[in-house]
Amino acid sequence: MTKLNQNRIIDSAFKYFGIFCTFFGLIVLAIFIFNILAEGLQRIDWDFLTNLPSRRPAKAGILTAWTGTAWILGLTAIISIPLGVAAGVYLEEYGKKNRLASIIEINIANLAGVPSIIYGLLGLEIFVRTLNFGGSLLAGAFTLALLILPIIIVATREALKAVPKSLREASFGMGATKWQTIWYQTLPAASGGILTGIILALSRAVGETAPLIVIGALAYVPFVATNPMDEFTVLPMQIFNWVSRPQHGFVVNAAAAIIILLLITFIMNGIAIYLRNKWQKKVNW
Amino acid sequence: MKHIEANNVNAYYGENHVLKDISLTMKANTVTAFIGPSGCGKSTFLRCLNRMNDYIDSFRKEGDIFIEGKDIYDKKVRVEELRQKVGMVFQKPNPFPKTIFENVAYGLKIQGIKSKSVLEEAVEKSLKQAALWNEVKDSLHKSALSLSGGQQQRVCIARALAVEPSTLLMDEPASALDPISTAKIEDLIAELKENYTIVIVTHNMQQAARVSDKTAFFYMGNLIEYDKTKELFTNPKHERTENYITGRFG
Repeated sequence: MTKLNQNRIIDSAFKYFGIFCTFFGLIVLAIFIFNILAEGLQRIDWDFLTNLPSRRPAKAGILTAWTGTAWILGLTAIISIPLGVAAGVYLEEYGKKNRLASIIEINIANLAGVPSIIYGLLGLEIFVRTLNFGGSLLAGAFTLALLILPIIIVATREALKAVPKSLREASFGMGATKWQTIWYQTLPAASGGILTGIILALSRAVGETAPLIVIGALAYVPFVATNPMDEFTVLPMQIFNWVSRPQHGFVVNAAAAIIILLLITFIMNGIAIYLRNKWQKKVNW
Repeated sequence: MKHIEANNVNAYYGENHVLKDISLTMKANTVTAFIGPSGCGKSTFLRCLNRMNDYIDSFRKEGDIFIEGKDIYDKKVRVEELRQKVGMVFQKPNPFPKTIFENVAYGLKIQGIKSKSVLEEAVEKSLKQAALWNEVKDSLHKSALSLSGGQQQRVCIARALAVEPSTLLMDEPASALDPISTAKIEDLIAELKENYTIVIVTHNMQQAARVSDKTAFFYMGNLIEYDKTKELFTNPKHERTENYITGRFG
């Protein structure tokens, strides 16, 4: 009888422990968001979005930062999506499943876990110095593309793996070549999973600061970038710069910029979830 | 006339010897059934006939297979062309997650045919041949996955017919279907025999007896007996065949 009671106590104790753990993270997050909103929401207006940076906090805006983020996002997508998806398709559909393949697979998974600052150092050496891109958007985009490439490759492979063999057989059985099968059947069937992976990878790139600092992105850029060779800043850099200033006005600015950055990542995650749900509903094998 | 001819075919998955010295011929416009217990090699042999085993890394084959007089494993043969001539219907209905129209038109599209009228004509003809036209003519642009299992399988048959093959391979085409759908597929096979040479793998011996002209009994990778269906079922020459068809094993 005592043993039973003891078990019951442990049982309910664990339940409350679990509830505590769940809410711990949520509450911290809620406090954070509440603080940011309380501090920064009042600061967001049209001027804030369209003003150039300034030494006076009330006049400073994030035009260069969010246009820089948009540039980086676009360029990173253009570079990383074709490379990542093609590499994933090769590894999953063409590559033989042998020792070499499993070594490559493990290494790609490892690459996804390499600290981002290491990618910054790599980018500094290859893109900034060797290829002479300087501290430009192009150098930043290539660096971030390398950073998220493993994520896209893994997502592509997982999505392709989930496509049933019967679909490939049906296509081959009709006399389709491997490429036709991939292009007309396998890739479209996997597109939901691939897109989700791409968007999650890009939303990670949007929030990265460390590698961009290493390659020399500037915190103060007084002009809007107009071509990929321009110097640039991005939202996280701007935030990083502002929070390190002593004046309270800049802290408010940083909070406002954080709201914008959060908004961008929330929207991107929302799109990813939407695509995943739509995809799940459309195809049931 | 010999339509399919196999000479001393041996096949291996790695070390596993799965087809042992198979030789047989099939005439044009006949239905041949392959029967035998699971793992006896009948599906493997069927898949040799349109080289669907090519994608399995450990697969190896010896011996020759001729279809319409051509060595299908010859280096000069393009496997895509072979599969247009030798269509296949699989065990589980596997329509593409696209519309009915796109499913049936797929084989022609990948051959580069774009003309809408040609595609429409071919789709209608194939669906009629597959005895499905009347059921789906008003919903050609609905997803093929919205159809019932039996209808899906007939979409797959129509899809295979659309590229005008000479031969149709069917790997247990009715095993995932209910009795009414099965009966429809069997009627269809009897009709298609007029224009196609059909090879069907089945676990259902009544089905083999109903639809086929000749039956081949496989056991442990060997072709034990190959004869006219009536003869094989009423007067089997081998004890193994008799045991199998009377349900004493397998």
